[in-house]
Amino acid sequence: MELSFLILLIPFLSFLVLGICGKWFSHKVAGLIGTCCLLAVAALSYSVAFEYFFQTERTAEGVLPTLVPYNFTWLPFFVEGLHFDMGIMLDPISVMMLIVISTVSLMVHIYSFGYMHGERGFQRYYAFLSLFTMSMLGLVVATNIFQMYLFWELVGVSSYLLIGFYFTSPAAIAASKKAFIVTRFADMFFLIGILIYGFYCRSFGFEFNEAGFAQGSFMLPTALVLMFIGGAGKSAMFPLHIWLPDAMEGPTPVSALIHAATMVVAGVFQVARLFPLWIQYAPEALSVVAWVGAFTAFYAAAVACAQSDIKRVLAFSTISQIAFMMVALGVCTEWATGHEHVGSLGYMASMFHLFTHAMFKALLFLGAGCIIHAVHSNEMSAMGGLRKYMPITHWTFLIACLAIAGIPPFSGFFSKDEILTAAFAYHPAMGWIMTGIAAMTAFYMFRLYFGIFWGTENKELHAHHTPHEAPWTMTFPLIFLAAVTCVAGFIPFGHYVSADGQLYDIHLDWNVAGTSIVIAVASIALATYIYMGEKQPVAEAMQEKFQKLHRWAFKRFYMDEVYQYITHRIIFARISKPIAWFDRHVVDGFFDFLAWGTNALGYQIRGLQSGSVQKYAFVFLLGIIILLLIMIL
Amino acid sequence: MDYSQFLIMHEELSLLAVIAILFVADLIMCPDKKSGRGTFNTCLPVVLLAAHTLLNLLPCCEAAETSAFGGMYQYTPMMTIMKSILNVGTIIVFLMAHKWLSREENLVKQGEFYLLTLFTLFGMYLMISSGHFLMFFIGLELASVPMTALVAFDKCRFESAEAGAKFILLALFSSALLLYGVSLIYGATGTLYFSEIGALLSGNSVLSIFGLVLFISGMGFKISLVPFHLWTADTYEGAPTVVTGYLSVISKGSAAFVLMTVLMKAFGTCALVEAWNVGLFWIIIASITIANLFAIRQKNLKRFMAFSAISQAGYLILGVMDGTAQGMTSLVFYLLVYMAANLGAFVVMTTIEQNSGKIGIDDYDGLYQTNPKLAFLMTLCLFSLAGIPPFAGFFSKFFVFMAAFKAGFHLLVFIALVNTVISLYYYLLIVKAMYIKPNDNPIATFQSDGYTRVALFLSILGVIVLGIGGVFYNYLDLFSYGIN
Repeated sequence: MELSFLILLIPFLSFLVLGICGKWFSHKVAGLIGTCCLLAVAALSYSVAFEYFFQTERTAEGVLPTLVPYNFTWLPFFVEGLHFDMGIMLDPISVMMLIVISTVSLMVHIYSFGYMHGERGFQRYYAFLSLFTMSMLGLVVATNIFQMYLFWELVGVSSYLLIGFYFTSPAAIAASKKAFIVTRFADMFFLIGILIYGFYCRSFGFEFNEAGFAQGSFMLPTALVLMFIGGAGKSAMFPLHIWLPDAMEGPTPVSALIHAATMVVAGVFQVARLFPLWIQYAPEALSVVAWVGAFTAFYAAAVACAQSDIKRVLAFSTISQIAFMMVALGVCTEWATGHEHVGSLGYMASMFHLFTHAMFKALLFLGAGCIIHAVHSNEMSAMGGLRKYMPITHWTFLIACLAIAGIPPFSGFFSKDEILTAAFAYHPAMGWIMTGIAAMTAFYMFRLYFGIFWGTENKELHAHHTPHEAPWTMTFPLIFLAAVTCVAGFIPFGHYVSADGQLYDIHLDWNVAGTSIVIAVASIALATYIYMGEKQPVAEAMQEKFQKLHRWAFKRFYMDEVYQYITHRIIFARISKPIAWFDRHVVDGFFDFLAWGTNALGYQIRGLQSGSVQKYAFVFLLGIIILLLIMIL
Repeated sequence: MDYSQFLIMHEELSLLAVIAILFVADLIMCPDKKSGRGTFNTCLPVVLLAAHTLLNLLPCCEAAETSAFGGMYQYTPMMTIMKSILNVGTIIVFLMAHKWLSREENLVKQGEFYLLTLFTLFGMYLMISSGHFLMFFIGLELASVPMTALVAFDKCRFESAEAGAKFILLALFSSALLLYGVSLIYGATGTLYFSEIGALLSGNSVLSIFGLVLFISGMGFKISLVPFHLWTADTYEGAPTVVTGYLSVISKGSAAFVLMTVLMKAFGTCALVEAWNVGLFWIIIASITIANLFAIRQKNLKRFMAFSAISQAGYLILGVMDGTAQGMTSLVFYLLVYMAANLGAFVVMTTIEQNSGKIGIDDYDGLYQTNPKLAFLMTLCLFSLAGIPPFAGFFSKFFVFMAAFKAGFHLLVFIALVNTVISLYYYLLIVKAMYIKPNDNPIATFQSDGYTRVALFLSILGVIVLGIGGVFYNYLDLFSYGIN
């Protein structure tokens, strides 16, 4: 615990060293520095987690205590009690996030050795990875909402830098800008929410000031919803999701780390971090979270069914799965009810799913990276029949697909089942909707799987370049993550993370679990029937029959076009242009006049500085007399 | 007599010891007659002063407020901090003086430079710790008379001699007026102890206000506040650049601190506070605005820095308003940050002047092409002076503004804010010259020496670390006090 500050310091130093001196290192040395630093961070995170979960005394109620090993006042304000702090806070969810981030980041560091081999800017890539890891870790251990916001922005910056890593490609530049602008737009609401929170609570900390809430009875739910908008931007909730599919222009390991496992769950983490507030002071507003999540989950799953770019499919699947976590948080209705935890089951389920999803989704992305590395294309049409050439990738990818589809005994089954149970407890309609979306998940994931590894082989493309298995640096992370995916479901997660911190045993509700297994198997069977063969008559017939629907889903229901229309036709043309005119002519004119006046005045009074000492003394005396007159009168 | 009282003023005594060591060293290690090269080097004074600073800081934390010699000598922990800040500044000045002092004509008199500088520092120490107007006046004179010699240090250069003459004439003029003010205060109260004056002075009498005005004007001269600032530009321009750096930071900073403590201690009654608030209000507005107007039109970098220093002094004095504890913290913090940024800029200027002999703003055109590192460091310092986040200057400005705002001077803060925009313009002019403007004949590329690098490192460290590490401010806050 005393060493926990090193978890932030090491990646920061690694960033500085690689960023400043990187160009003098060879690729190998730079990669080794980055990876070794991450190894140290991971080791520290594990030891902190071990110490926290197994060696820290629980309180009398059996709750894991919240530890704050470091906290210092960074900037004091002069308004009473308000100050910005910086520190490290350890509680169940932040420790869990430490494990997730350091594990996935370490795997991505190792994987990038092979994937980025020989790329220009290799050192820069590792420097940015370190920066990202530092910021993400800082975000989860934040002791107060403002520190969280600072690191939140740093995460956004490093994501921007990494998406635009191939800065010679216009698509990457456009995607990085889009990601940055959309998330920044959402963060503006987050900041407003923070300010409202600070105004009423007289603190930015997470310990809640009851008196402040009494005053701001209406404003606090507003503040929470505003903060949620910030979280929705980072977590790509509809309609702020548009940046995530484009962000796939970045290197694939970056997508695995940032746009699948860690950064995109920052919004979920934020809601979970403020959960005590939501549940006590704004339970009605929490249903906003649930319904936004449910709609996003459905929308993204529908789009994912029609995409042909494998990274896009995974991106929409990520959006859909994060929406599952949001729904799980949103369906909580009460703080805690004895040992059953019915009302607050969603909290644990959401965190559990966050954990398992991070592992198998990173695995999927890294697997996709191996495939892209082998066939040099993102399009499914260039693939097919790859299982012969890439056995390790194939098997690990299959494990991840089974996990996300919710087939036992893989981890995704357990966490998704908890979410569904929570959704059914909230409202049967919500339960059925989420079950349906889970079925869609299984369908599109196996459509993807069969499209890549089975189906028709693209002989033409493979003629002059036979796909081959990736080097061990790339397959090792796959195997590791696949192993985690196989066993993570058996972690008694409720023992460590639950809404009120008390021990909770996970019971599978066999009604729900049975239904979901049956539906998942049925969906997989359907996907097998349609997509497994060499020829796919059913798929073509369906595409023919539902041409319009397919087209809409393929174009992501034209959401990007809607944004284009709103920004270009309405905001730019109707609002920005008149403002620009006003700025150029009226505002600039005024300031030009001021500048001219200042300059002219400066010219006029230069005689004061004549160089003659008598005159100086005279002005001195004159000044004293004027001062005396001012002070007496 | 209780000799243990001397222990209370150990800071002054140990500084005297440093001076004595240097004096002897100067005698022994005189220039080698045969080769004509000096053997006395920069290391010795720097190391001694650094040791002295550490010695000062060590017992600072547990020491409480005391006084010695019947109240003549005052001690508070904040004073130790202030003296240490001055020490660090002086160390940087010594480091940057190395190249200048190793010139042919200065080799013989380099010992004098250290001694004169340390004597002014000693005067400032006395001024800071004084509890009595007589003591204060001795400190003040000790701080200004050797300063004249420093200003005229390049005595064969016409401008330097002229600057010295102007400085001493106006310094005497202002000292005389200040002394007159002190005599008026004595007339009104019958005592010269700050603590007693505070109780006896009534706010309403013209006599005491006249004394107050004369005191402020005397200090205003040292701090170079408008309208007592007219000597600044000429003296800064004529004096050797190293001395200008010393003058603009150390001398100014100590005077600002003393102005604050004396106003709080001797003129702290309600009616008088109101009076000096009004006076300082106008002085600050005039200083910031007029200095900004002049700074825009300067062609010589040293003259430019003179006006920049006047306007910075205006911001500094914002912390004096209303005499609050928060004001004291923010003033000392501002001073610390200003010292880092301003001395950083002066180090760059000195090393360029010593290597190329150029000091005009136009000469800096295209500096980035030939000396990119120096240009970059200069930019950092200028950004800090202008108050651009994340550099320390932003935080220090933020804190003084906050202090003045909380004291209720909203209009003043607003005017100061507007002026920061103007100051941004002229600081950026220099950045523009270094980076953008083309130049057929730019300053040639050169390597700066080790001492300069250390000085630059210290300054830049201050510029970057002081702001982001809010701990410094919090630490200062532990020791500050207000009128009550």
